[in-house]
Amino acid sequence: MYNDKVMDHFFHPRNVGEIENPDGAGQVGNPICGDVMRITLRIKDGKIEDIKFKTFGCGAAIATSSMVTELVKGLPLDEAVKVSNQAVAEALGGLPPQKLHCSNLAADALHTAIEDYRGKQGEAIGPGPSDGLLKPRPLAAPLQEPR
Amino acid sequence: MNREMNAPERRVYLDHSATTPVRPEVLEAMLPYFSAEYGNASSVHSWGREARIAVDLGREKVAHLIGATLSEIIFTSGGTESDNLALRGVAWAKRSKGNHIITTKIEHHAVLHTCEALEKEGFKVTYVGCDKYGMVDPEDVRAAITPETILISVMHGQNEVGTIEPVAEIGKMAKEKGITYHTDAVQSAGRIPLSVNDLGVDLLTMSSHKIYGPKGIGALYIRKGTRIAPQATGGVHERGLRAGTENVTGIVGFGEACMLAEKDLPEESKQLTALRDKLISGILTRIPDTILNGHPTIRLPHNVNVSVKYVEGESMLLNLDLMRIGASSGSACTSGSLEPSHVLLAMGLPHEVAHGSLRMTLGRSNTGEDIDYVLETLPPIVSRLREMSVFGKPS
Repeated sequence: MYNDKVMDHFFHPRNVGEIENPDGAGQVGNPICGDVMRITLRIKDGKIEDIKFKTFGCGAAIATSSMVTELVKGLPLDEAVKVSNQAVAEALGGLPPQKLHCSNLAADALHTAIEDYRGKQGEAIGPGPSDGLLKPRPLAAPLQEPR
Repeated sequence: MNREMNAPERRVYLDHSATTPVRPEVLEAMLPYFSAEYGNASSVHSWGREARIAVDLGREKVAHLIGATLSEIIFTSGGTESDNLALRGVAWAKRSKGNHIITTKIEHHAVLHTCEALEKEGFKVTYVGCDKYGMVDPEDVRAAITPETILISVMHGQNEVGTIEPVAEIGKMAKEKGITYHTDAVQSAGRIPLSVNDLGVDLLTMSSHKIYGPKGIGALYIRKGTRIAPQATGGVHERGLRAGTENVTGIVGFGEACMLAEKDLPEESKQLTALRDKLISGILTRIPDTILNGHPTIRLPHNVNVSVKYVEGESMLLNLDLMRIGASSGSACTSGSLEPSHVLLAMGLPHEVAHGSLRMTLGRSNTGEDIDYVLETLPPIVSRLREMSVFGKPS
């Protein structure tokens, strides 16, 4: 069912683990459908300095999680955010059709982690010191007290 | 990546509920009927007569295994076709008497999908539930009976979790109420002793390839006097109930397999039960956060089904396969659908626990060393997968 590249990532997954105090974290999927992935990021100078994953799921789920981390480690965020489900599946040399939804989850977990990082940066702008590296996002609503 | 290079010598097959190898004696019995005695059993000439004798002999052996008579055995292409014939055949034959069928949530898909199809054709079906052991309560079946009920179908040996259902009790009830009663005995016939009169069934499904016979042949026991509408039409074969040139080699093989099963059953079931229990207790003690699925004692002698928390089934199977161990799972990913095993869900298991199920079904080839090998191999696989998992405490 799975080709050699998928099996390699399944038996020797890259970047397994959890970054402590991550700059961004994303978890997608749910136990009901049987695949859950969690990606944590360390961001430095706008690049993904480190990335780790944890996955509850099948062969394709683990392989796609591993591949997505390999694809984006070291990339600037603007490029990492462009990595799609198809890119992950293609990098693995293809997946059986009934397993393609697993590759969706891997890309989604990455994007959720990036959004989480960006959201945290957005919230940091406001009353209080800014690190000066990021432009403040336009706020549609009046400033609220930080939670 | 060449996975075969460092593969261990030992190969351990633990999927005997999926299929079994053909026994040497069975193969030997079949061979003459491929090219030497190859006649069509319905032909008048000597080639036909040879084939007819072989078919009758095979039929006799199949009947003997379940305490039936020769004329009550119909050959089909397998368990699935037998289930189809039983359900559709009785439903349509008795349509004028009523349109209600009672079955269970834990049946094999061959029964469930056929019932769903019958619902689309105007029949009403009640799917009775089970307890946490996958055991059906006869009282739940009784409660579902209406004046319109024409058929009850409750399986004997549950194929996923091994629970042996109270078929005899339900049989008594069905007889009192005059309702036709079918059981899918694909996993039980040839593995545990059974007799159609003790069970009180009117129809019983059997499959050859589960008991060391060839694939592509099964049987339906039909009690004398049971009204049934043929589904495969086109000839007078099998007393007009199932058309098609007899699969002589298959029938001969199936007959031989039944005869051997009957002879070996007492010793084999004792041995398998011991290996089964060793494997179950080994897993439950060596790997934390595991649970047994199915009834602990009222259980098929060869069936082990456990849920390993925090880990998914297919990923366990792939790792086991690397170590040349073959098993199966009830996870969604192994079934090809988005839902895990309908049986485990019917038993009340949460989805994520159902996804982590592992089914290992033993057979004649398995030894104590095989069990030891599995018990050495599985715990590190589980630890590694748990370290990678989103859920659970670190091991």
